[in-house]
Amino acid sequence: MPEAIVRRRRRGARRVNLFLWVGATLLVGFVALAVLGESIAPYDPNAQDLFAMLEAPSEAHLLGTDNVGRDILSRLIVGTRFTLSIALASVFLAGIGGVALGAIAGYFGGLIDRVVTGIIDLLLTVPNIVLAIALASVAGASATGLTIAITASFVPPLARLVRGRVIELREEDFVAAAITVGMSHTRILLRHILPNAATVVIIELSLNAGQAVLIGSALGFLGLGVQPPAPEWGTMLGASREYLTLAPHLVAAPGVAISLLVLAFNAFGDGLRDVFDPASRN
Amino acid sequence: MIEFLAKRFATIPLVALGVVTILFIIFKSVPGDEAAFVAGATATQVEIEAVRVQLGLDRPLLEQYAKHVSGLVTGDFGYSTTFRGNPLPHILDRLPATLALATAAILLTIVVGIPAGVLAAAYRNRMPDYLISLSVVGLLAIPNFWLGMILIAWLSVGAGLLPSFGDTGPASLVIPTIALAARLIALLARMTRGVVIEELRKDYVRTARAKGLSKGLALRRHVLRNVMIPTVTVIGLQAGYLLGGSVVIERLFAWPGIGDLLLTAVSVRDYTLVQAIVLIFVVAFLVINIAVEVIYRFVNPRLRYA
Repeated sequence: MPEAIVRRRRRGARRVNLFLWVGATLLVGFVALAVLGESIAPYDPNAQDLFAMLEAPSEAHLLGTDNVGRDILSRLIVGTRFTLSIALASVFLAGIGGVALGAIAGYFGGLIDRVVTGIIDLLLTVPNIVLAIALASVAGASATGLTIAITASFVPPLARLVRGRVIELREEDFVAAAITVGMSHTRILLRHILPNAATVVIIELSLNAGQAVLIGSALGFLGLGVQPPAPEWGTMLGASREYLTLAPHLVAAPGVAISLLVLAFNAFGDGLRDVFDPASRN
Repeated sequence: MIEFLAKRFATIPLVALGVVTILFIIFKSVPGDEAAFVAGATATQVEIEAVRVQLGLDRPLLEQYAKHVSGLVTGDFGYSTTFRGNPLPHILDRLPATLALATAAILLTIVVGIPAGVLAAAYRNRMPDYLISLSVVGLLAIPNFWLGMILIAWLSVGAGLLPSFGDTGPASLVIPTIALAARLIALLARMTRGVVIEELRKDYVRTARAKGLSKGLALRRHVLRNVMIPTVTVIGLQAGYLLGGSVVIERLFAWPGIGDLLLTAVSVRDYTLVQAIVLIFVVAFLVINIAVEVIYRFVNPRLRYA
C-alpha cells in the first residue's frame, strides 16, 4: 500500500476518534451536572437577591446575576436537568415509536405498510417545529407537553428510516432460514432483524438529540415550553430578551450552554457514523 | 414537463386533505367546550348555546368534518376568534412577509454557502478548510434565535447599523435573514465541499489539467456546474427547517409574517387559525418540493428521461 494512502487512513481514523471523544466527554460532563444539580450549584437557583440585580460576572457570581438577582451559574447547572431530560426522553420515546411503526410496516408490508406509510408521509409534510408548536398548544406548556411534541415530530422520519432498513433485511438469507425452521414473526423481528437495524437507529437518534435540544429551547424561548421560574435554558433566554443591552451576560450564558450541548450530541452522532458507517462520510 | 407538473400539483389537494383530517382529529380531541371558549368568559349559558348552534358545533362530528372540508374548498377556513370570522384574507395579507424572509434566506445561503464549500475543498486539509469546517460545526450547534439576539446586540444596538425589529424597509430584513440562513449555509458549505472534493478526483478534471488548465480554471469551468445539485438537495431537505425556523425568527424580530401569527393564535388558543396556518405551511412545503424536483430535472438532464 502506498505510503500516502496509509497516512491518509491514519489521519481519518484519528479524526473519527476525536469527534467521538469530544462528544462523549462533553456528554458525560452534562450528565454529571444534571445529576449533581443543586448539590454543586453555588447558590439556590431560585433565591432572589434584590441587592444584586443584573450584576456582571464577578468573583461572587461567576456568570453574574439576572433581573431579580438570581445566580446565573446556579440556574444553568440546575437547568441542565430540564434540557437534558427533555431531549433524552423525547429521543428515547421517538426511538420506541419509530422502530415499532417502521418495523411493523416494513416487515409485514401490504395494507399495514400502506396505511402506516401514508400517515408518515402526511406528517412529514408538516415542518417539525410547526408540528411541535401545534401539539404544544394542545398538550399544554410544560416539560411533559414539550416532550410529547418533540417526540411526535421525530417519529415519522425515524419510522421511514427503519422501514427502509427492515425491507432490505427482510430479503436476507438468514431471515428465510429463520422462517424455514419455523420461528415466529415476533422472534424474527426482535432477534434477527432489529439488531441489524440498530446501528442506523442509534446514529440517527444521537443526531436527533441535538435537534431536540434546539427545538426544546426554541419552544421554551417562545413561552411554549417549561414555564418560569424553572431554569430551563430556552426559557431563561426568553426571559432575558428585554435585558439584551442592559446585561448581555444574561443572554450569553444560556446560549453557550445550549450550543455546547447540541455540539456534544452532534459530535457524538457524527463520530458514531464515521465509525460504523464510513461510506456515508460527506 | 407539463404532464409532470400536472401530476405533482394534483397530489397537493390529496395530501392537504390528509393533513386537514389529522389536524381535525387532534384539535377536536382537545378537552374543553369550544362554544364556551368562542363565546367568551362572560357569556351566559344562553349565549353559549346560541354560539354552539351558529357555528354548527351541536351537529355530529362527521357532519362538522364535512362542513369543515367543503368550507376549505371554497376558501372558508372557519370562525377565527382573533379575526371574528374567516382568517384566510388575514393570512394571505401576511404571507408575502414570510415569503420574502424565506427567499432572502435561500439567496444568502447560495451566495455564502457555495463559495465557502468550494474554498474549503480547494484548500483541503489546510488553514481555510479547517476554519470553514469549524464554522460549519459551530453554526449547526447554535440556536437560530440566539444568533439573532447576538446579531441584534452587535449590529443593531452596538453599532447602530440596522433596525432590530419590525418591518421598516429592506434593511430590517438583514439580521433575520442571517439568523435564519446560518444553519442552511453551514449544511450547504459542508455538502458542497464534499461534492467538489469528489469531482476533483474524477477523470474529466485530470483531462482538463493535463491539457494545461490551471486548478482554478478547471474548478470554475467544469466542477462548479456540479454544485447546483447539492444546493437544490439542501434546500429541498431543509424546506421544513426554513418554514419552521421562520416562526421563531419572526417572533424574535416582530416580523409581520404568518409564523408570528401562528404563535399569536396559539397564545389565545384560536385553534381555527392554528389549523389554517399549519395547512398553509404544508402547502408551501409541497410547492417548494415540487420546485426542487423541477430544478433537479433542469440541472441534471439524466433525470429527465428516467
